[in-house]
Amino acid sequence: MGYLELQNLHRDFGAVKALNGINISLGEGEFLSLLGPSGCGKTTALRLVAGFDRPNDGRIVVDGKDVTNIAPNKRDMGMVFQAYSLFPNMTARQNVEFGLKIRGRDKTDRTKRVDDLLELVGLGHAVDRYPHQLSGGMQQRVALARALAIEPRVLLLDEPLSALDAKVRVQLREEIRRIQLELGITTLYVTHDQEEALAVSDHVAVMYGGVIEQMGTPAEMYTEPATPFVAEFIGTMNRLESTIVDGSSGEVEHAGTRLRLDAARGRRNGERVLVLIRPESLELEAATNGAAPSGNSLTGEVLTQTFLGPVTRLKVNTQGSGLIADMSTARAAALPVGARVVARVPAEGAKLLNLPDDGPGLPVLDPDDQ
Amino acid sequence: MRIRRPRISLSAFVWLVLAAAYFLIPLVATLLFSIRSIKTNACCSAAAYGFVFHNGDFWHTLRVSGVLALETIVISLLLFVPTVYWVHLKVPRLRPLIGFLALIPFVVPPIVMVVGLLKVYKNAPSWFYDRPNGILAAAYVILAFPYMFFALDAGFRAIDVHTLTEASQSLGANWLTTLARVILPNIRAAALAGSFLALAIVMGEFTIANLAQFHTFPIFLQNVNETQPYGAAALTLISFGITWGAMLSLLFIGRSRGRQPQIAGAR
Repeated sequence: MGYLELQNLHRDFGAVKALNGINISLGEGEFLSLLGPSGCGKTTALRLVAGFDRPNDGRIVVDGKDVTNIAPNKRDMGMVFQAYSLFPNMTARQNVEFGLKIRGRDKTDRTKRVDDLLELVGLGHAVDRYPHQLSGGMQQRVALARALAIEPRVLLLDEPLSALDAKVRVQLREEIRRIQLELGITTLYVTHDQEEALAVSDHVAVMYGGVIEQMGTPAEMYTEPATPFVAEFIGTMNRLESTIVDGSSGEVEHAGTRLRLDAARGRRNGERVLVLIRPESLELEAATNGAAPSGNSLTGEVLTQTFLGPVTRLKVNTQGSGLIADMSTARAAALPVGARVVARVPAEGAKLLNLPDDGPGLPVLDPDDQ
Repeated sequence: MRIRRPRISLSAFVWLVLAAAYFLIPLVATLLFSIRSIKTNACCSAAAYGFVFHNGDFWHTLRVSGVLALETIVISLLLFVPTVYWVHLKVPRLRPLIGFLALIPFVVPPIVMVVGLLKVYKNAPSWFYDRPNGILAAAYVILAFPYMFFALDAGFRAIDVHTLTEASQSLGANWLTTLARVILPNIRAAALAGSFLALAIVMGEFTIANLAQFHTFPIFLQNVNETQPYGAAALTLISFGITWGAMLSLLFIGRSRGRQPQIAGAR
């Protein structure tokens, strides 16, 4: 049994099912990220754990004790909010001290704990500043120290970095992870940023439509997506709707082109599948004029090039689909926009997911959520 | 490099002088009138002020109205702070309705209200019906309702009530602690604004007190006005000074800690 258990949680808002029976089991000291697009139910789940809302059905168990109907102020959960939540009338020190005062801790004990925590989050020099004298990143650090001060049983973080600029976000997420590991505190983290979730978590649960699509380690989520949605949401993925034409040799057909894939071996002929290929697994080269493309490849034309720093991302328009490929900037220079290219699909690099026989069944994601 | 101060344009200066004249001339005229000698009608004498300060009724009615104001403010704050907090937190859809109810004291004339109140509470216990601290305080709470509600409403809108409440609760605070130590300090300026408006109403309300036959400060002012013109002018300035003193203390308390409520980000 896990330290934090969410058992068959349901939460309806009128006709909308915000949570439709989610189950999570998290070990003590582990870090789980709830990841998903807006409206998937991740914040609802977090608020149920915090006690700010009650489920229509299901249980929340912490360390073997059912806390489902316990008031939020009796749960011992530390929470960091998306909005800046420091009490404006109190200094950083007073904010961190607040929970300790409520618990009746003596002054010496309080002062030491506050000093230690503000030092831990790197704000030992700003103890007497008011929230309006702190930057957004500093405010969230104080909020983290304040949540940790009460030695919570579970630390809850509700998109704490979403209001910060990119550089501070990366810096602070690493600090959150460092502190979490140092204190060994069980942590539930809500985010819509998959990079953030993969970077800091022991486990990631991808949510969509009020259910958990898949839960696993960041590496599992990236390399072995269990559903088309997860494949789409975690990282960037090329998706080729295909049909198995020869299961014994692992041949699939996509838009009239045959591809041989290891993952297709042993599949039933005629089965509809989704071939998933990461952009970094595709190899692009210039198409030779007049020459027929060799096996396991798709031909097309470069539509756009996007410089991403270490790599350049190329969008290629092929027959029946668009492909995305990442390659070194130096090599990409040889494939300008408009160039005819051959995209080689590695036999061993692709993953396959079943598609329903009567339709594509692919979720459409808002590009802003990715 | 010297920083040049922005220059005030001539038209702005003229308007400033006109506005100052508009407000100051009546005050100066009242002051000049109040320092004329009661006997010789010549300048300058403090007799009118002496008359006021040596009048037992002045101190008595000032105390009655002061206590009434304090009572009105305390009842209003106890009644409206938790109400407006709850409405913002739990039932924001009721805000327009309460805003509408708050306008009723503006719409119903005081004379109608006092007749209604006296009729409704005719059989109430004498400690309530016969004393200014009872029925009159209740009437003044109604009169102060719009001022208190709109001031508090603006104060609550300037802070992220939900997030502050939830942050406080997650740290172990109950509702009362959250209200007293997190919410109230952050709406202090709004509560003070409402309180001083209530004070101004009580110190100047005549109709209800007169019809209910209570002897308050505005009633005393009216009596003096009928019999002692110089004294009335002096009393007017004293009353003006009390109001301005209250306003300045609001300004002073509001600024003394130099902190603006922070408007938190989106939920």
